[in-house]
Amino acid sequence: MKMNILLIGLVLFMISCGKKDNSTSDFSKTSASESTEVKSDYDPVLGEGKFDKVELAANLDHEMAKSGEAISSTKCTSCHKLTDEKLVGPGWAGVTKRRAPEWIMNFITNPDPMIDKDPALQSQLEICLVRMPNQNVTDDEARQILEYMRKNDGVQ
Amino acid sequence: MKKILKNTVITFLGLVFFAACKPKSASDAVSGDAAQKVYVAPGEHDEFYSFTSGGFSGQISVYGLPSGRLLKVLPVFSQDPETGYGYGEDTKPMLNTSHGFVPWGDQHHLAISQTNGEYDGRWLFANENNTPRIARLDLTTFTTAEIIEIPNSAGNHSSPFITDNTEYVVAGTRFSVPFADENVDIPISSYAENFSGALSFIKVNPESGRMNIEFQLKTPPVNYDLSHTGKGPSSGWFFFSTYNTEKAHTLLEVNASQNDKDFILALNWKKIEELAKSGKGRKVKSKFAHNVYDHDTHSATSEIIEEVLVLDIKDLNDVAYYIPCPKSPHGADVDPTGEYIVGSGKLASLIPVFSFTKMLKAIDDKKFDGDFDGIPVLNYDAVLHGEVEKPGLGPLHTEFDDKGNAYTSFFVSSEVVKWDVKTLKVLDRQPTYYSTGHLTVPGGDTKKPYGKYLVAWNKITKDRYLPTGPELTQSAQLFDISGEKMELLLDFPTIGEPHYAQIIPASLLIEKQKRIYDINQNKHKYVVKNENDSRVERNGNRVDVYMTLIRTHITPDNIEGIKLGDEVYFHITNLEQDWDLPHGFAILGNNNSEVLILPGETRTLKWIPTKVGIIPMYCTDFCSALHQEMQGYIRVSPAGSNTPLRFGTGDKAPKN
Repeated sequence: MKMNILLIGLVLFMISCGKKDNSTSDFSKTSASESTEVKSDYDPVLGEGKFDKVELAANLDHEMAKSGEAISSTKCTSCHKLTDEKLVGPGWAGVTKRRAPEWIMNFITNPDPMIDKDPALQSQLEICLVRMPNQNVTDDEARQILEYMRKNDGVQ
Repeated sequence: MKKILKNTVITFLGLVFFAACKPKSASDAVSGDAAQKVYVAPGEHDEFYSFTSGGFSGQISVYGLPSGRLLKVLPVFSQDPETGYGYGEDTKPMLNTSHGFVPWGDQHHLAISQTNGEYDGRWLFANENNTPRIARLDLTTFTTAEIIEIPNSAGNHSSPFITDNTEYVVAGTRFSVPFADENVDIPISSYAENFSGALSFIKVNPESGRMNIEFQLKTPPVNYDLSHTGKGPSSGWFFFSTYNTEKAHTLLEVNASQNDKDFILALNWKKIEELAKSGKGRKVKSKFAHNVYDHDTHSATSEIIEEVLVLDIKDLNDVAYYIPCPKSPHGADVDPTGEYIVGSGKLASLIPVFSFTKMLKAIDDKKFDGDFDGIPVLNYDAVLHGEVEKPGLGPLHTEFDDKGNAYTSFFVSSEVVKWDVKTLKVLDRQPTYYSTGHLTVPGGDTKKPYGKYLVAWNKITKDRYLPTGPELTQSAQLFDISGEKMELLLDFPTIGEPHYAQIIPASLLIEKQKRIYDINQNKHKYVVKNENDSRVERNGNRVDVYMTLIRTHITPDNIEGIKLGDEVYFHITNLEQDWDLPHGFAILGNNNSEVLILPGETRTLKWIPTKVGIIPMYCTDFCSALHQEMQGYIRVSPAGSNTPLRFGTGDKAPKN
């Protein structure tokens, strides 16, 4: 019994030794280190990232949607169809109705932490088995892609 | 009784434990805490990068120190099937020379670019000994950015040495040969009359790093060995070691070891640069290749240059002086203050240390002991600061720490010797295993040595590792030099044969590292940035496949209508924009290598089909859970058949 307590103590000690401050060496760490620290304050509606308030006009910004289409052709549509058919990732049809604009833009620009935390994304990963890559999309480009998704979902 | 026994056992174990912690016998030369000093825990980073020459592998290896972990092998002068360097169409021009494509090189020495005599971490320069060339590597990508061939040079051993603001990369020839514009089909025995040495000054553009040979200095026919720039007070001067002042052309081991002293050539390069600019010198017809890799087009180009500016040292006054140096110096090393020049006569039994101040005075006072082919020879004693007495056998190379100490490698007596630059007293000596060539101290060739460690690059390995048949890897040894005595910490194996290395604090490079190539900046001639643009085009028997890769499919992954007799070029773009996500590409039976394509990059791989049939192709670099699914087929039909050209992936794949 005493031995067991000792062992538990030792294990705890080892765990506490294992944790370290990553702040100084975060250049080397991308998703892997962050994935171990599950945040309880994760917001499954807005997602996690830079965007907490995205204003959408009722009508489509055609110029913006056109830019979004161009970016998508290089960085997105190899894996996402515009229909509801799954390719590597799920099809885009209806995504702007299912997801908040903040969630979409956060996921595009900050995919790794969100895949680690978002319950819906974790279920999706079990189906797709490929983590959505960080395609280094800028904030403006993410907004343009969102507008293109809105166009795809019938916003006029 | 039981208890006593238990206590005895515990005491005994304790003693064993303590005994194990104690330093072992002196013959082991390793103390108890060596392991701790080199232990870099999983996930932690090393403190230094060591760029280590790959010798006859032609490449450069990158180690982390103090762990001695191999981080990467950088392809430079040899083809590299792992990445496709020198096999893919876009990188083949990097290995072009005036002799045509040369797939191999012998890489000896390295120099990191400097600003004000300190490492600035922008570029790494590397020499190729066999077919004289200098490479420049970009330290944001750890890739070879440029290679320039050196004409009128043969055995580019004495390079690359850089001036203290990277104005020039300097390259001395090992073999003297007739210059290209002279009668070159002559008896070898006319060496003394007809052969010349070449010292090349390669200008480096301060913004782009681009190299061009600004001028060459034609000198008496001697062999040049390691050399160094002046710094601080001696800035503007260069010191080249020479041997074979006997001008022997056969059995050099005897005939080039006759003279009691060879020379260190002191050159005022600033003055020579002015003379070159003022029109002194002549253009000499000499062909050499200049190869440049462009990170926007992801392709290299090769240009053959036809002439070079040559200044004959005989025509120049007051710019060149010989310092006598005992017996075949291998190096001329300048200490961090720039005042002391250390010669290493590899057949000498002492180390001469020369004083720059005394040298200037001797020149002013004209203390010459005659001349050698018209160049004044300075009086040895007038220039000498002093000699390190009985330091060891076969001194080869000296580097410096931040505390006024010098460290010299001894090939014959297999040791590293620490001595005081001012007092010339030997302070410590440690054995090496075995036969050290060069040694490197971080920053040890600059104005700002970082000290802390020393690595001995050994030529002979023998029993240091598990035996691997007749051929053994070469061995490096890491010493802690922070204390009074040097302490051996670690052995680690190397690739090829390491000659020299440059060791730089990792903090100077980490932040500069590129993670991806921006696909929006990709200007490769055959890039496709959109799967919908991927296609196959036929033009006669040339077929161009415009292909894209992304986790985890190839587009197009079904290709039909290829025929025997075709030359097929795969232009492959990796659409990923995520760090550490290369895809590889290979075709069954290709008489070529694979190519590795980094995120945002395009590579072209040539394939000449050899058999009719269905040929698979696939991604070679494990990229995701569905990596094994990342594959495709090519249908090869007989020559002259009428199989239509069809291609696609998924819905767009050709159907019956």
